[in-house]
Amino acid sequence: MSEQDKLSQIMLEDGAYSTRLSRKFMMRKPYEKNDPRVIKAVIPGVIESIAVAAGKKVRHGDTLLIQEAMKMHNRIKAPHDGQIKAVLVTAGEKVVKGQILIELE
Amino acid sequence: MSFMQRIVDFFSRKSTVTKGGGDKAISKQHAGGKMTARERIAALLDPDSFHEYDLFVEHNCQDFGMGDKELHADGVITGSGTIAGRPVCIYAQDFTVAGGSLGIMHARKITKVMDHAINLGIPIIGINDSGGARIQEGVNSLAGYGEIFYRNTLASGVIPQISVILGPCAGGAVYSPALTDFVFVVDNISKMFITGPEVVKTVLGEEISMEDLGGARVQAEISGNAHFFAKSEQECFAQIKQLFNYLPSNNRQKAAAIAQKKPKASYKIENLVPKDSKVPFDVRDIVRALVDDSEFLEVYELFAPNAVIGFGRINGETVGIICNQALVLAGVLDIDASDKIARFVRFCDAFSIPLLTLMDIPGYLPGSDQEHAGVIRHGAKVLYAYSEATVPKITVILRKAYGGGYIAMCSNHLRADFVFAWPTAEIAVMGPEGAANIIFRSEILAAENPDEMRKLKVKEYTDKFANPYVAASQGYVDAVISPEETRAYIVHALEVTKNKNETRPARKHGTPPF
Repeated sequence: MSEQDKLSQIMLEDGAYSTRLSRKFMMRKPYEKNDPRVIKAVIPGVIESIAVAAGKKVRHGDTLLIQEAMKMHNRIKAPHDGQIKAVLVTAGEKVVKGQILIELE
Repeated sequence: MSFMQRIVDFFSRKSTVTKGGGDKAISKQHAGGKMTARERIAALLDPDSFHEYDLFVEHNCQDFGMGDKELHADGVITGSGTIAGRPVCIYAQDFTVAGGSLGIMHARKITKVMDHAINLGIPIIGINDSGGARIQEGVNSLAGYGEIFYRNTLASGVIPQISVILGPCAGGAVYSPALTDFVFVVDNISKMFITGPEVVKTVLGEEISMEDLGGARVQAEISGNAHFFAKSEQECFAQIKQLFNYLPSNNRQKAAAIAQKKPKASYKIENLVPKDSKVPFDVRDIVRALVDDSEFLEVYELFAPNAVIGFGRINGETVGIICNQALVLAGVLDIDASDKIARFVRFCDAFSIPLLTLMDIPGYLPGSDQEHAGVIRHGAKVLYAYSEATVPKITVILRKAYGGGYIAMCSNHLRADFVFAWPTAEIAVMGPEGAANIIFRSEILAAENPDEMRKLKVKEYTDKFANPYVAASQGYVDAVISPEETRAYIVHALEVTKNKNETRPARKHGTPPF
């Protein structure tokens, strides 16, 4: 009997059911709340230049850094007014999708 | 040339062209564990039934040095033949000729045989084994694909369309199979994707093998692009023949009936179902206890296994069977199960195949992943497909029939012709535990021993509502029947619905939540 064939429990509105789980069900990712203070790379690429440093106050829409990806210079902008808590990348650095670039206070 | 010379010349031309890409390319195809296009056609069709057309078609590209190149039959073999004596149109891409790449003449051969199939009301089978567009032919090869997709759409619901992926099928080429009714894949041979592993790596930085990205198992189990998964080409052809058996040739005919056989006696329905409705059982055992000779051809066996769909025969006639499968994910409806059921129901309706639904549904799968991926619009497809279907619709409620899931699984309200329920059926707005927690919330909270009170109230609700009689009292269930009577009721229902003729308001077409 494979891992998938074993009976597990699943919680539904009406309580626990014993059943098998599908491979796709086990592959699902838990929900993560989006934190607007954490700026992540939405696409892999290279950091072209950084326009801010820790402690700097920024306004909504200010360019924080430029990331080259898919042959485009993407301006990563401040999602709201705030102060830079930390810059976690350096110019020239390769970043992967989902990597944290900058944190705001 | 004398008459004889002409005949000799003809055979010599024919033998050169039928060699495709030549002996070296053929050995390479074999070394990869693959049959050649001609071998595949021969293996799939009745012996000596294949008649080939357009053997002498040649490409007409002059660019990039293509003018000097001969591409025999332009890399695709087309024609017609029979499977179990019934006519079928077929094409098979020949990977030994320029990697089976698709140029405009290659595409015209395919569209010609598709037009044939549509005009003659014959099913079409396409065997895909191609590196993709023939780049040298530029926009002409795109035009070729477009013409194929257009015809796939025209043929949809008119003739059964079957796609067999026996090699690469990448980029735009994937959309022809995607538009057809049934897609067959073979382990380690089939590869389908829009963008290959190399592009995925450059663009996203993701390292993934071809097999993990778009191999047969992934397409059959995860993406749901493939309906049938086989370990070998031979097994795949056996599956196609089995499926073919259940289908009519076009939408103007009914699938041919055969002599009826009783289910094998070894299945005792009453022993198959556990008393506790939260304990699973394999609903396929119930299906086998109901269908002729206990023969059931499951479609989408690996994809969304919380629903089971497939073809069987009852009283000799093809029936499309749809079940909730308590054995996996408690049989909930989720996005994949909804897509799986809705598409199947529409196929059966288009080809006059009656629908038999076996209901045992606890509800929908909760979770942010489901909600965010659109379980609402996907779930709506099930309601749409069942409501739209005008073929005979027979529903048997085995156990749970809760909430929206009850409505969706071909209830009386979506115009099932007959709804039968076993005495074990629980037809209610929600399950006893969930319902008791809401209805008796304040009593449970105020009680000295809330757990005791909850148990008491769950029992109260169960006794009152977790049965088929409340729904039966409203006429939503046509008959409460004992499990061993089920087949007899279904046989009778199929007999009396034979001349069913239901119409819908005139319209160009509906606007289902695609």
